[in-house]
Amino acid sequence: MMNRENMSDPRDDVVLEMRGLRIEGQNDAGWVEIVKGIDLTLKRGEVLGLIGESGAGKSTIGLAALGYARPGCRISGGVSLFDGADLNVLSEDELRRLRGVRIAYVAQSAAASFNPAHRIIDQFVEVATLHGACDAATARQEAVALYRKLRLPDPETIGDRFPHQVSGGQLQRAMVAMAMACRPDLIVFDEPTTALDVTTQIEVLAAIKDVVRDFNTAAIYITHDLAVVAQLADRIMVLRYGELVEEGETRRVLERPNAAYTRELLASGAARRVGSHVGRAILEIGDVSAAYGASKVLHDVSLSVAEGTTVAIVGESGSGKSTLARVVTGLLPCTGGTVRFDGEELKPTLRERSSVLRRRIQLVHQTPDTSLNPRQRVDEILGRPLTFFHGMTGAARKERMVELLDQIELGEAFLQRYPGELSGGQKQRLCIARALAAEPDLIICDEVTSALDQLVARGILKLLMRLQEELRVSYLFITHDIATVRAIADEVVVMHQGRVVEQGPKEEIFVPPHHAYTELLLASVPQMDPDWLDTIRQTRMAPAQS
Amino acid sequence: MGNILTLVLKRLALGVFVLWIVSLIIFLGVSMLPGDVATEILGRSALPETVAAFRRELGLDLPLHVRYLDWLSGLLSGDLGNSLANGRAISELMGERLGNTVFLAAVAACVAVPVSLMLGLLTALYRGSLFDRLTNLVTLTWMSFPEFFVAYILIMFLSVQLGWFPSLSTMRPGNGFGEALHLAALPALTLTLVVAAHMMRMTRAAIISVLASPYIEMARLKGATRYSLIVRHALPNALAPIINVVAVDLAYLIVGVVVVEVVFVYPGLGQLMVDSVQRRDVPVVQACSLIFAATYVMLNLIADILSILTNPRLLYPR
Amino acid sequence: MSDPSRPYEAASPPDSGNAGQPAAGGLRAAAGAFAKSLGAAPWSAWFGLAVIAVYVIVAVFAPLIAPYGESEVVGAQFSPWSNAFPLGTDNLGRDTFTRLIYGARNTVGIAFVTTCLAFIIGGGAGLLAATVGRWLDQFLARAVDVLMAIPQLIFAMLLLTIFGTSVPTLIVIIAVLDSTRVFRLARAAGMNVVVMDFVEVARLRGEGLGWVVRREILPNILPPLIAEFGMRFCFVFLLISSLSFLGIGIQPPTADWGSMVRDNAILITYGDITPLLPAAAIALLTVGVNFVVDWFLHETSGLHDES
Repeated sequence: MMNRENMSDPRDDVVLEMRGLRIEGQNDAGWVEIVKGIDLTLKRGEVLGLIGESGAGKSTIGLAALGYARPGCRISGGVSLFDGADLNVLSEDELRRLRGVRIAYVAQSAAASFNPAHRIIDQFVEVATLHGACDAATARQEAVALYRKLRLPDPETIGDRFPHQVSGGQLQRAMVAMAMACRPDLIVFDEPTTALDVTTQIEVLAAIKDVVRDFNTAAIYITHDLAVVAQLADRIMVLRYGELVEEGETRRVLERPNAAYTRELLASGAARRVGSHVGRAILEIGDVSAAYGASKVLHDVSLSVAEGTTVAIVGESGSGKSTLARVVTGLLPCTGGTVRFDGEELKPTLRERSSVLRRRIQLVHQTPDTSLNPRQRVDEILGRPLTFFHGMTGAARKERMVELLDQIELGEAFLQRYPGELSGGQKQRLCIARALAAEPDLIICDEVTSALDQLVARGILKLLMRLQEELRVSYLFITHDIATVRAIADEVVVMHQGRVVEQGPKEEIFVPPHHAYTELLLASVPQMDPDWLDTIRQTRMAPAQS
Repeated sequence: MGNILTLVLKRLALGVFVLWIVSLIIFLGVSMLPGDVATEILGRSALPETVAAFRRELGLDLPLHVRYLDWLSGLLSGDLGNSLANGRAISELMGERLGNTVFLAAVAACVAVPVSLMLGLLTALYRGSLFDRLTNLVTLTWMSFPEFFVAYILIMFLSVQLGWFPSLSTMRPGNGFGEALHLAALPALTLTLVVAAHMMRMTRAAIISVLASPYIEMARLKGATRYSLIVRHALPNALAPIINVVAVDLAYLIVGVVVVEVVFVYPGLGQLMVDSVQRRDVPVVQACSLIFAATYVMLNLIADILSILTNPRLLYPR
Repeated sequence: MSDPSRPYEAASPPDSGNAGQPAAGGLRAAAGAFAKSLGAAPWSAWFGLAVIAVYVIVAVFAPLIAPYGESEVVGAQFSPWSNAFPLGTDNLGRDTFTRLIYGARNTVGIAFVTTCLAFIIGGGAGLLAATVGRWLDQFLARAVDVLMAIPQLIFAMLLLTIFGTSVPTLIVIIAVLDSTRVFRLARAAGMNVVVMDFVEVARLRGEGLGWVVRREILPNILPPLIAEFGMRFCFVFLLISSLSFLGIGIQPPTADWGSMVRDNAILITYGDITPLLPAAAIALLTVGVNFVVDWFLHETSGLHDES
């Protein structure tokens, strides 16, 4: 479509140059700076990784590369030079002529970013023809060629489907194809694989790597996952609170990080003492099956949790791991099999279980935002289980609440606060304290760290391990994240499509030979090694289609 | 496509079912009448024999389900029974009035729908502007006015002071279209004003919520023109909510007709119903209620079916 | 979309610790935040609040303010405005000003009572349906669907024909009909909260239905319910006024704004604006309430328009 200009011309080598970029966001108090003077240079064909936790301003910077600020944000200073023009001063009409043609964008959620009312290929054709680059028929052929290049199944016809008819991983690749429609000079990838399962993520990463390399496109790749960015980026910028922490060539940053913050991000999760306890089984699940209506989601699942140990259930979305938690807590009656707790068979429904049993099994949810009542203060959130299960009131209750807050490393001052005044990590700690208030023997942790930033999540894991040593409480730990499993588990149960495919002590599971699915799962987790993606693709004969 | 057909047929069946329940409510409600229609009409001093004879004449001595089935089969064959007040056939009483009411509502809808959709679109596009805020205040105020207030204000200015339109809409069968339009102008304008404010606000809200979607942001980042952004990206997705808004407001219009007709002494169904309520002419009230309810159910049904037909998720299932 | 997981207002830290009354503390904090945002309210909200205050005062002190008795015939029919009769007299020779004042008490009072009743019925049923779910929810929801398939004014007219037009029947009929709307909102809002994890936590703990509804759900759906109360009041108020205007609502000799318009409408054709005054009184109150609700919704939804 567009002929690439002479690449050897050194003046033309820099695609994007940002100097002192400042962006403000609006909150109740007024305008606050969220990007505080960022310098960024991007050469033709170069991939720059922007990495940081939430609030780092990385997406905001990415959008500024298209001269765009989200509603409630404004670019307040600096220059963003693209092809000699400052994106921050161009008119909306001039920006429009650049967007899609010379600078393209790939959003985090393809499912939300494709227009549900139009066919996928029509949305491709729209970009290609919008700026008069080519006619519709050529654009269609081009789309099919790109779909094939990105290894989408049925490239001839997949574009004729509507977005809701295509899976998440495929849709994300279709969006990469759309971004490529006009062979742009620059593509901004905004966390394109964050919402995907690891086995799907690897396909999308490979696709992105191929097209970016083959078309020599410059790219900004935004993510919170260092291992992901390591596969794609030539250079990395580490951001925190809208400021640059560290910048450098990918290998150098990974191998010899300068900033303490980068080292923290790179550090592998808290190491766990080895040597599992052989104790009495507190929870025994035998051949449990469960269904939502007509669709069966659990097939003959068996596992047991020993006293004072952690069993991690690992699996991707749809593996049935959360359903199992619902069965154990009594929220979903099982259709077959038995659940025994401390030797006693658990009744299938919550209603039939005694108050003591409900007290002894506690659940901590994934999202602390929704598991705390925003209208209750910390003292009511913590106080209620104390009163309900232990009949505590007055000074004794207050004392116990302070003790619980100390255990989760928060002070007495928090008693008077509302959940809205706490950070994500503090909220999750509070949820753990609420579970502890019941004095349980088993806590089911349902993806308790996956909604949190990396460092915060690590703090939560450390806390859970410390509490286990102090209180001898058992955990049934549900997660999709292998690193978390490595950090916290004594025993591992791998689940896939409602069945247990492999289980055993952590030391055994993570050592070959693996079950085929475990192998796929383990191999799909990105490593910090920048060569990992290429190596894994060579070893895999035919890539599995998502 | 077979899938869609079943969906649409299901909605239709549901609509018919609701109508049936409505007919049941209307019929049974009346049978709960304290006392009896016969005593009600003849007065408490009437002789028992007279009452008994009258009951037989009205068929009130038959069991409830027989009376209901009679009434229902009558309805389906177009026989709505006779008025208690003057003994005339209800279908005859209604015929012309129904036409008048439909004419009035249609004129109001023809003005209200395009105007408020346009205004809703404009205020959504220029959200936060002075124009938007002013429209917000004006429509909010206007929506708060009772229909008869709007009607009398219009009479005060356009009829009494300026003399452009008659304050009484005495429609006659022989009127030409232009003449009918002139006579119906004030009531139609009242209805338009009352309904347009609400329809405009709802349209604005529907479009704003669509404009906040990620795919609209994506379209902007693809370099779509403002025109394409609205017409190609926003409108197809806003269609279903807008259809709903229009249906709700047209249904409201049907109800608003009652008050407006009374103000302007417009010979329509609404006025007939009010008169009959005051006379406690039960069969007429029943018939009118049923017609109003049926229109209402039908409008909602059409909206339902249209939003199925504009939803690609339902049109093209996985 | 309202997001019940987030408090609609960043709750300010409450001053005194009273662990025994946590829910009340929550309300107090909400009230504090409410008072704070009142300071920054637009003029339209202030106008609305002032209007409501005036109406309440007039309604409460009606006998003290009004120069004559409510249905006392004091002069000739349709007397013009004069010192003795500030707004003239009506079709029966009663003082229009007096009846206007008593109308505030009757019309507004009846509408208010009706709305409260509608909220008790609809809100209670809606919350119950959302919390209990299953067959109860299905049954109530379907029943409400059918009731709502008949336009409200028409249904009200039908029922008033059947049961007669006394004030208590009027209140009950309108309240029941309007409770369907409250039911829908309470159910929808309740459903959004019921799926929250903190409700699941309470259920896992073994809390009873009463606790779950009162402590977990109700505080979280209060803002939309309060806003809805304002809107339902306006609707009920207009509906009752319309019925009265049609002659099948509040019956004479009770002073009521809707029927006052009807009784004196003839004057309009002579260019006299007196009959429009009660209509304007209705409109003014509705405008006031709507302005307050609009501002309240804007505050609580967190949707501060960027401009």
